[in-house]
Amino acid sequence: MGRRRTVLDARRDREFEAFVAGAAGRLLHAATLLTAEPAGDNPRARRLLTLSLAHTYACWDRLRGEDPYDRTRQYLATRFSRAAWHQYGALGALSRFRARAHGPLARLSPQERLILVLRLYEGVAEEQAAALLGLPRERVHAICDRATATLLHPPREPAPSVPVAKVASP
Amino acid sequence: MNRPQREAAARRIMENTPPPVPPELHAEVVRRGGRIRRRRRVAMLLMWLLLVAATVAFVVWAVTVQPWVEPPSETTPPLNGW
Repeated sequence: MGRRRTVLDARRDREFEAFVAGAAGRLLHAATLLTAEPAGDNPRARRLLTLSLAHTYACWDRLRGEDPYDRTRQYLATRFSRAAWHQYGALGALSRFRARAHGPLARLSPQERLILVLRLYEGVAEEQAAALLGLPRERVHAICDRATATLLHPPREPAPSVPVAKVASP
Repeated sequence: MNRPQREAAARRIMENTPPPVPPELHAEVVRRGGRIRRRRRVAMLLMWLLLVAATVAFVVWAVTVQPWVEPPSETTPPLNGW
């Protein structure tokens, strides 16, 4: 029993290592796009990816032929949307965790980023993305269109606010 | 610019500058994933133990108390010498 278990463990570890070697680059890129961090300094994206991959590792034996990449991506997307709800929601505006956005998707909201990355970068079908996020399909379509438009034709920066001139004291 | 062109342009924008994968990623993932697995296993074990304990306790209680036996009447006095 013990010997058999060690053999199974070793095989699982080998399979999982191969999976990580193949999938980590693409998933990390997707995660970095989601968190809108610069490519060289992406602690949030790394953490997100580490937790998603750890989840996949934990249920590797129960995948039953399901694609581990798909599973990891689903977990990553739902985890990001939950975190975005807490960080960028009504309370998030006051939160000190709100980081400055970098990268190509910096102008988009977290939800727009998530849908754009799922639909265009990862190529997930509209119905699947909608089911994953619990949104109607039409809404996913509209958000994806709007996000693409914002990405390709960024609105102009607001004019830098002119500091109010101090009243000259006599 | 039609839809496929727009989508292709957006894809191109997203696909430049891929971030480097940290080398310690796999070890960290295995560490955390192993911890999750161990915790799940312990939780399952505890759940089974609880279930078994509850079943045993119920059976012991049922055998000793025997709640299906009609209790002797306490209101009507015993009928003797009829």
